[in-house]
Amino acid sequence: MTHLPFIAASYALAVLVPAAFGLNAYQRLRRARRRLAALSGHGHKARSAGNP
Amino acid sequence: MSPSSVKAIAEPRGAPRRGWHRFANPGRFLRAASKVQPWLTAFGVVLTAVGLIWGLFFAPADWQQGDAVRIMYIHVPAAWLASAGYLMLALCSAASLVWRHPLADLAAAEIGPIGAVFTALCLATGSLWGKPMWGAWWVWDARLTSVLVLFFLYLGHITLVRAFDDPTRGYRAGAILALLGVVNLPIIKFSVDWWNTLHQPATISLTGAPSMYIGMLWPLAFSAVGYACVFAALALAGTRAAVMERRIRALLLAEAARAEDSAPGAADALETQVPA
Repeated sequence: MTHLPFIAASYALAVLVPAAFGLNAYQRLRRARRRLAALSGHGHKARSAGNP
Repeated sequence: MSPSSVKAIAEPRGAPRRGWHRFANPGRFLRAASKVQPWLTAFGVVLTAVGLIWGLFFAPADWQQGDAVRIMYIHVPAAWLASAGYLMLALCSAASLVWRHPLADLAAAEIGPIGAVFTALCLATGSLWGKPMWGAWWVWDARLTSVLVLFFLYLGHITLVRAFDDPTRGYRAGAILALLGVVNLPIIKFSVDWWNTLHQPATISLTGAPSMYIGMLWPLAFSAVGYACVFAALALAGTRAAVMERRIRALLLAEAARAEDSAPGAADALETQVPA
């Protein structure tokens, strides 16, 4: 294959960059979901405690 | 963030909207996006993998460019998505300015970094193709320069959206920049026709038959559709996370207000948890 280093670098960028972005988005979603669930539970308890 | 925008995200109210406007409701958007996004991700990954493997191992080499033509299966979809992403960014910005949808602000803020990455990918792969073909990593050609301007527009939008203490002001400023930058899109598209450029003119157009061998066109189509699905999936995932983060902020602020009402001074501890 001619120009192999240029092609390999291009394909590495094409795979790694979107994959890194996807991983970051997945972790951000998971963190937000977990925090929201914890906060919603906490708020519910607080409201329940305030209004027995 | 203004109290009204916090409320709009935390407690969407009002009569049900029709058409696309109903997805401006964050709750409805979250439900719809959580169903669509896994499919988009799966389609995107599979189609991109097929396109790239086909292009790398099975598509023929070009009679002039040799194997360097295989970079096209990345470069061309990245270039299309860089422009299409900016168009989406501008549409979200218009929706934000006209209808004041908080969701449009969040979507625009999430599209910015993804568009910038695809523009950077386009520029990087263009350089990696240009060095062996033109003998230079970079030339100040009209097409290359206008895409570089697009990259700076993305960076400007990313910076502007995050530059204010009040996010609403950042979103407004970013929306205005995004709409002004739309003028660059036809310049990119027609730069190869308006100026005598080193960059080749378009080989695929919406109106005419492609001047490309069919054995190269198919992997390019797979790669382009795959990357478009990946782009959309990333934007949806980012917007979902942003909606949830705003809900977290709204909940923490509400909790801090409640704590302040019941025990003045106790809210300080809670306010330190509120994300910026």
